[in-house]
Amino acid sequence: MQTTPISAALTRKLRRLGPQLAALFAILALITLISPGFLSITVQNGRLYGSLIDVLVRAAPVALLTIGMTLVIATRGIDLSIGAVIAICGAVAASLVADGYPLVAVLVAVTAVGLVCGLWNAVLVAFLDIQPIIATLILMVAGRGIAQLITEGVILTFNNDDFADIGSGALFGIPVPVLLWLATGLLVGLLVRRTALGFLIEATGINRRAAMLAGVQARFLLIFVYAVSGVMAAIAGLIITADIRGADANNAGLWLELDAILAVVIGGTSLNGGRFSITASLIGALIIQSINTGILVSGFPPEFNLIIKASIIIVVLTLQSPALGFIGGFLRPPGNAGQPIGKASAEPRAGEKAGTTRTDRAPTTFSTQERTS
Amino acid sequence: MRQVLATIAVAFTLSLASSVSAQSLTVGFSQIGSESGWRAAETTVTKQEAEKRGITLKFADAQQKQENQIKAVRGFIAQGVSAILIAPVVATGWDAVLKEAKEEKIPVILLDRQIDAPDSLYLTAVTSDQVHEGKVAGDWLVKDVGSKDCKVVELQGTTGSSPAINRKKGFEEAIASHANIKIVRSQTGDFTRTKGKEVMESFIKAEGGGKGICAVYAHNDDMAVGAIQAIKEAGLKPGTDIKVVSIDAVPDIFKAMAAGEANATVELTPNMAGPAFDILAAYLKDKKEPKKWVQTESKLYTAKDDPMKVYEAKKGLGY
Repeated sequence: MQTTPISAALTRKLRRLGPQLAALFAILALITLISPGFLSITVQNGRLYGSLIDVLVRAAPVALLTIGMTLVIATRGIDLSIGAVIAICGAVAASLVADGYPLVAVLVAVTAVGLVCGLWNAVLVAFLDIQPIIATLILMVAGRGIAQLITEGVILTFNNDDFADIGSGALFGIPVPVLLWLATGLLVGLLVRRTALGFLIEATGINRRAAMLAGVQARFLLIFVYAVSGVMAAIAGLIITADIRGADANNAGLWLELDAILAVVIGGTSLNGGRFSITASLIGALIIQSINTGILVSGFPPEFNLIIKASIIIVVLTLQSPALGFIGGFLRPPGNAGQPIGKASAEPRAGEKAGTTRTDRAPTTFSTQERTS
Repeated sequence: MRQVLATIAVAFTLSLASSVSAQSLTVGFSQIGSESGWRAAETTVTKQEAEKRGITLKFADAQQKQENQIKAVRGFIAQGVSAILIAPVVATGWDAVLKEAKEEKIPVILLDRQIDAPDSLYLTAVTSDQVHEGKVAGDWLVKDVGSKDCKVVELQGTTGSSPAINRKKGFEEAIASHANIKIVRSQTGDFTRTKGKEVMESFIKAEGGGKGICAVYAHNDDMAVGAIQAIKEAGLKPGTDIKVVSIDAVPDIFKAMAAGEANATVELTPNMAGPAFDILAAYLKDKKEPKKWVQTESKLYTAKDDPMKVYEAKKGLGY
């Protein structure tokens, strides 16, 4: 793969991300039309300030969850528990901070709690072979209860500016939540794409049995992805709790797992597992948050919120629909036909002929006989 | 879903009030659950009020389920209590069990919410008036700004919920005849701090950095607390640059008020049982039917009301 010219790899990457980027820019343009000044960014109190920055900051929880969710979905799983894990981690964080533990200890403890939650899911999925949707549903239901036990049913507040900075502080003028999700995304992205992990995760997702027969440690990979998902939820929980300087066990992270799944789907990763793109999922998260923030600044009455959001998402997903792929086929360069039906992504296939960059490295031997189980 | 989750969180409790005096009344109380801080405070206050009067309170937590409430009420009837308090989880489906209570001549008092049943089936309902709450908040703002122009942004409750609709209506009624006060932006903050903060951030940006905003009206205190943080982070002074008025009177808003960051809150009193017990005592004494609806006071609190003292008093109630 080192032989592939960088420019060609870049082109391929852009092709993969094309639909998502186009959707994001179209939405941003639409909001700017309705509410001029949306794009203006100024520096205030030594930090970047503006609606666009708000999008990046408010997208942080979903973006973090999306990183884990992409990997889980790539193994053909799903993690419904992350919203509840956010509530648990937020409750733990707030109670530790309120009890005066040092910041580092709080961060380590909360990350560990997220990890344990992820491992719990992993054990159910990887060892007991419970279907992921059911396995993670258990923690989704129980988790919020656990969080409420920790907070004793009240909004647990604290006064600690250092911890609050995780949610509303800034480093070099950039809000901390933005740095956190960008850095985490980069780290996990490099980890799975600069090693064989991503490739093996895709193999597991396409056909776990075949992958195991080929010598892939599918169990280890499942544990890895659910653990990552749990840790991502822990970081998201830290941000949400620090942001409002309190842990709200009832509402923290409520329904965010669904936003994360939506972001992954908008990002073009199939719920059937297999090829995935963390970058595309993150753009998906930005699309969702742009819509949310756009609705808020546009001044529509709140009764329209959900309708507007749903309509835009329908349009975005329709544009990616494989059934519409034949229309796009006329517009794309030759060699683009043969989009497989049932793949919920508009990944251009043209680049696949070269088939050697890491994103396109899905094992073709598997994909021809895929989804038999 | 939240209710289901809350259900799991709360271990089933059936506690008896500790003080038992010889000739005292025994009253059954079927509570919805403890889905919110306010609900927990209502339970605490009810127990306190009962104890104050020497009433033996039989408490049943229904964990958000009507069938549990009906079971609890039947249990109270079987035990032959002197009266039953119900905080109904839903409005419908009460006729049968209320008839059973009526046949046994046990008076039933509804707390906090009304139901769809003939009003002959219960003694009275003690609730707040949400429209009035909004109006009290609006009246405070009208008085506070005087004849100055005032652009208000509104943080609504969950879209379509009755407190959101009614508190909006009441506030609008209060400012209707004052052309200088206008609601320029209104969005839902889902009654949560996170959303309150996020929505306020976008309001501030959409209104030229917040300099044009004179006041924020939040349908509950939690959203107001979120909005206060958003105002601070935008480099403005909540309470001074942007006035903050909200409803509920939960302890945290008094902390903000003591710091000068919130201006006014309207209390949704957790003490519905106190008036209910008084009505009950009067009814048992001379058997005269009370009014079918007793409205609790929607008290306005401002910085003048020694917020720290109120905070200390409210802190222990389980909010």
